[in-house]
Amino acid sequence: MKGQLFFEDGTIFEGEIFGYQNDTLGEVVFNTGMTGYQEILTDPSYYGQIVVMTYPLIGNYGINDDDMQSFSPKVKGFIVREAYEKFSNWRGKESLNDYLLKNKIVGLMGIDTRALTKYLRDKGTMAGKIIVGEMNEDSIFKEIRKFYNHNAVDNVTTNYIYSLKPKLPKVAVLDFGIKKNILDSLIKMNIEVTVYPANTLAEKILKDNPDGIFLSNGPGDPSELNEIIENIKNLIGKKPMFGICLGHQLISLALGGRTTRLKYGHRGTNQPVKDLNHDRVYITSQNHGYVVEEDSLDKEKIEISHINLNDGSIEGIRHKELPLFSVQFHPEASPGPQDTAYLFEDFLKML
Amino acid sequence: MVMDIKKVLVIGSGPIIIGQAAEFDYSGTQACKVLKEEGIEVVLLNSNPATIMTDKEIADAIYIEPLNIEVIEKIIVKEKPDSILAGMGGQIALNLAVELYKKGIIQKYGIDLLGTDVECIDKAEDREKFKSLMQKIGEPVIESKTVNNIKDAIDYSDIIGFPMVIRPAFTMGGSGGGIANDVDELKEIASKGLKYSMVGQVLLEKSVKGWKEIEYEMMRDNKGNVITVCNMENIDPVGVHTGDSIVVAPSQTLSDKEYQMLRNASIKIIDALNIKGGCNVQLALNPESFKYSVIEVNPRVSRSSALASKATGYPIAKVAAKIAIGYNLDEIKNDVTGRTYACFEPTLDYCVVKIPKWPFDKFRTGNRALGTKMMATGEVMAIGNNFESALLKGVRSLEIGQYNLYKESLKTVSTKELIEKIELTDDERLFYISEMFRRGFEIKEISSITGIDKFYLDKIKNIVDLEEEIRDTCINNIYKDKMLLLKKKGFSDKGIGYLTNSRGMDVYKMRKKYNIEPVYKMVDTCGGEFEAASPYYYSTYDTVDEVDISSKDKVMVIGSGPIRIGQGIEFDYCSVHGVLALKEEGIESIIVNNNPETVSTDFDTSDKLYFEPLTEEDTLNIIEKEKPKGVILQYGGQTSIKLASFLDEMGVKILGSSAESIDVSEDREKFERLLDKLGIERPKGKGVTSIEEGLKASEKLGYPVIVRPSYVLGGMGMEIAYDKEELEKYLKNAFERDSKNPVLIDKYMMGLELEVDAIYDGEDILIPGIMEHLERAGVHSGDSISIYPAEKICHKIEEEIVEASYKLAKALEVRGLINIQYVLYEGKIYVIEVNPRASRTVPYISKVTDIPMISLATKVMLGKKLKNLGYGTGLNKFKKTKAVKVPVFSMEKLPDTEIALGPEMKSTGEVLGVGNDLDTALYKGLMGANINIPKGGKVLVSISDNYKKEFISRAKDLKNMNFEFFATSGTARLLEEQGIPSTKVSKIGEEGLCLIDLIDNGEIDLVINMPTKGRDSRSDGFKIRRRAVERKICCLTSLDTLSAIVDIIKKDIKIEDIEVIDICSI
Repeated sequence: MKGQLFFEDGTIFEGEIFGYQNDTLGEVVFNTGMTGYQEILTDPSYYGQIVVMTYPLIGNYGINDDDMQSFSPKVKGFIVREAYEKFSNWRGKESLNDYLLKNKIVGLMGIDTRALTKYLRDKGTMAGKIIVGEMNEDSIFKEIRKFYNHNAVDNVTTNYIYSLKPKLPKVAVLDFGIKKNILDSLIKMNIEVTVYPANTLAEKILKDNPDGIFLSNGPGDPSELNEIIENIKNLIGKKPMFGICLGHQLISLALGGRTTRLKYGHRGTNQPVKDLNHDRVYITSQNHGYVVEEDSLDKEKIEISHINLNDGSIEGIRHKELPLFSVQFHPEASPGPQDTAYLFEDFLKML
Repeated sequence: MVMDIKKVLVIGSGPIIIGQAAEFDYSGTQACKVLKEEGIEVVLLNSNPATIMTDKEIADAIYIEPLNIEVIEKIIVKEKPDSILAGMGGQIALNLAVELYKKGIIQKYGIDLLGTDVECIDKAEDREKFKSLMQKIGEPVIESKTVNNIKDAIDYSDIIGFPMVIRPAFTMGGSGGGIANDVDELKEIASKGLKYSMVGQVLLEKSVKGWKEIEYEMMRDNKGNVITVCNMENIDPVGVHTGDSIVVAPSQTLSDKEYQMLRNASIKIIDALNIKGGCNVQLALNPESFKYSVIEVNPRVSRSSALASKATGYPIAKVAAKIAIGYNLDEIKNDVTGRTYACFEPTLDYCVVKIPKWPFDKFRTGNRALGTKMMATGEVMAIGNNFESALLKGVRSLEIGQYNLYKESLKTVSTKELIEKIELTDDERLFYISEMFRRGFEIKEISSITGIDKFYLDKIKNIVDLEEEIRDTCINNIYKDKMLLLKKKGFSDKGIGYLTNSRGMDVYKMRKKYNIEPVYKMVDTCGGEFEAASPYYYSTYDTVDEVDISSKDKVMVIGSGPIRIGQGIEFDYCSVHGVLALKEEGIESIIVNNNPETVSTDFDTSDKLYFEPLTEEDTLNIIEKEKPKGVILQYGGQTSIKLASFLDEMGVKILGSSAESIDVSEDREKFERLLDKLGIERPKGKGVTSIEEGLKASEKLGYPVIVRPSYVLGGMGMEIAYDKEELEKYLKNAFERDSKNPVLIDKYMMGLELEVDAIYDGEDILIPGIMEHLERAGVHSGDSISIYPAEKICHKIEEEIVEASYKLAKALEVRGLINIQYVLYEGKIYVIEVNPRASRTVPYISKVTDIPMISLATKVMLGKKLKNLGYGTGLNKFKKTKAVKVPVFSMEKLPDTEIALGPEMKSTGEVLGVGNDLDTALYKGLMGANINIPKGGKVLVSISDNYKKEFISRAKDLKNMNFEFFATSGTARLLEEQGIPSTKVSKIGEEGLCLIDLIDNGEIDLVINMPTKGRDSRSDGFKIRRRAVERKICCLTSLDTLSAIVDIIKKDIKIEDIEVIDICSI
């Protein structure tokens, strides 16, 4: 079945539909990782987005039971050059196509993904719509123009509080769309993890008296989350705090910083990040479209601990007085390199 | 810059041998460029003159000298470098560095060894030390143990279980090893192995046969920052040497978990080894679990890193060199993007396939089963945005006449034989597997026989299915959609044509009608994330093209493809210099090549690099796109020359000599007519189509004769027939294989062979020098020791050669290079061969005469005249310096191949000896080629009748040198007649002291064996020669080589007395 990807400027990429056959609208972003498509599909941070893989052969090792980052795929659509059907890997349970079909996720294949990537790089991240079949209506463009990935966190956070592996110390996790591997990484440190919905009030969390607070990754525009930011302000300084990705952005906003949208984001598993305190560079996994603005931070109180070596953008901050730090990248990897897993140990030491 | 370095001695890797091809010229050249950019003086040592690293543009002082520590110490004393860089010269240079350190030479002169420390190198290379380090850091290694008897072997099998690999220590030609699945098999194989081993020892190893072989190319800096440049997956599972495997980048069948697990292991290992620079880690991964084992580590840049470098665009050698002089990854810019840093991991948005190039077309008797010892001489790389297209591009890049996976000749091969071949992992397994799919075998079945992952087999089957779909259909039934699909999957016009019984041209025309054209995508290290500046492209059948076509004048240079016997690194030298000359002339240079080991495929060598197959279609596509003002075919050897007539027909302007002149020089009849007209003689000869005709012709010509098929067919080469019987055998064999094509018979003139490389501009000729071959005509020029300047010819002959060369160049309307081979026979010169293109000797002649031949030839092709170029015309005045080129062979790496010198080339590389007199030059050349002649000892002699008389004086010399003779009966009788005592040895199968046993027992120091008739692999001579080579005993098959060596021994030159020569100062 033919399928088309429309952008508001009238640009159209033609391919073939796979997975679920339906139209889908979302923010189109590209990811440069060569492996890890399953983790990407199920990472809640991609909520509301149509993800383009720059590596051309996707699906080679199928979908397995272990590498899910949440219970279901979170992307709005998935664009690849070639979706391989007859996967070959000992853990593979089903094909990419079957998985997407089962989970009602639209796939588009046979696209010149490099051309699409360069288009997104030049124009910046934009909304787009995958249309099944051949159609070309003005209404599509209107719809695309209107799209914004609002309130994404509400759609991916947990609905109830739950705890994992009762042990000490205890960490309260605010779930903005958490990846499973972050929970796994914390649990591996012998931490008792209690997961709270994104909008849980500070008083409630503090009443439970955790040893530390963790702010998770998640999708969407952080500056929209005013209530959550106010809430975080009430948590800062009360307990040791660590944030990843959206969590990092929210901490920065709560500390009086600003965030801005990157032209086309950092999505991939090869992003070099410099740890300024240790003068070392690590290869990191990243997935974000927003970034903390450097001049918005109060340098008296906050130091920049990590920067991106490619574009110099902020990748991590540390509070000079309080036990608080956060990073923009994903030390839990999945997918991607595990070079910065030491940050979980740093957090443990604070507790 | 970080370290205080002023002068560095860079050690190269020496001659091209199997396992060490052009990749170290690429890495060494990159490193030298880095050093020079930093204002560091570069002193270069390499015995291989065909390299770019030994150019004046690359280094400040150049020593083309033997690679040994005596020579290095002399250079240290003379040049006083403060540092040595050895990590770019492969295992050879690394071993030398370790030896220099262990002998205290580095310490004595207070020199720094740049890059990874010797202790770390040792830890990586020493099996035991490496194993214990891995155990310490908790990385699994393949369990193994050395045992001396069967009982210990059985005891050990109780510990590690079966299957188990048995490898005899100091194995000969891989014999005696195997895989045991139970105690009985273990007993059988181990007892054989213990017998075969020279030290009575076998290594027992847990078998990981069938595991995936995965490689990681790592880079680590002085601060400990580590990145992965690339990971690669061998299609062939563990058990086939990675150099003989088809390799894919990046890995295709690993999930992120597995990818990261092995990446973590690689980082842990190179951290533990404290590597500073590039490093290759090979791992075996169980296909059914997360179990893995570390196979080995190369603590240096390697063949794999050259591949990874070209596969990703990341300049590994350059970055490694910068790290060696103190930089860190976050201080080095990424040249590809110009804005990011070298401290990132490249990501690919395409698929890369490497296929090895094997020399079995030259060695037809050879054992083609692939195993743990590498046999390929070179490799091709192909880039596509799907696996199928990369694979098919790779296949047609091999120049083996295959444009598809379909191979007609396999139709008659029995299924049983197909299964055997793929079980053995034959070099042609790809085609055998395809044939099996055609016969209905399932992916599962083939996977279980070969251990190849189902993913790859499915992809191969995709190609087979497409082939079968269109096979024997009419081309007109292939509609646009189908055609586009085929092109996307990498099918070539020729391939489609072959399957549909039409011509490639018909498909081309149809494709044009459908408006199906390739587009070109950029290799940019970052998957399109950043804007890139690397002008490095590959073709796809996609929608958007990324090439900017400039309005400048441009010229395209066609490269030489994979390294093979007869077409080595020298043609890459020529291609690169062609590009440099174009740049000098302000012309945009475009290079097309498919060999990842080369300097020409560095994206900063030319203005634009197209990494594409060198076929008619693939080159024409680029020409149609770029519209260059001309194409240069003279530099890429036979690979580019054979495109001449096609490109000419397509109206492409060929710079330099025309397609017509190439044709005249290659077409026997046209060439003979030309020679008649010019009054130049060639050895008399005739093309014959029957045995009777052949025998009659030879009777008239007089024996010996040189015979060869007029048309290259698998299984026959050029040979010398000394009598009727030999000729009859040859002809019978030839006509049985192919009755349609004639066999060419020429009078064999056993004279002095002379060679000329010249440049002709339409008016004047410039001959930098005349070379003389040490071995008489009949030995391929590539296998001869070649002497510059020619020693044995008088002024008159010299003039005749100049005259004839001028006439030939003029008559052929050469523009640019011409190579001519002559034989001087009974006072007269005869032309043997003319090649209107660059030859093997161009780099070495350019270097020793200081005449930049390629630069001049390029300028001549662009219309300039020699008389205005500053190097004069006519015969160049000879230099005082003597230079001797000595060929280097890799015969021990190729089981069951004939080693005797003959009319077909066998050497893989060459070294140069440079001296102020001929003896020193020859001494250095022989030393550089590792021909170590014992001064006395036991010599085993068997001489065929044709050479017995000639041998006598040499035998006397050997006797005076206190050699003790062992000889076969005929030769023993001859020696006895001359009063030379010898011990008579019996032939194989006879009673008495058997010559093979003598060799096997290590009692022989030198073997002199003149091949007798037929070169039958079952003959005693063949076996003697093979044994000698496998036991690393010097084996001489030409009396001329023997004579030269005996003369050198007699001179008693001592290494202490020789002087090292900087060729920049000649």
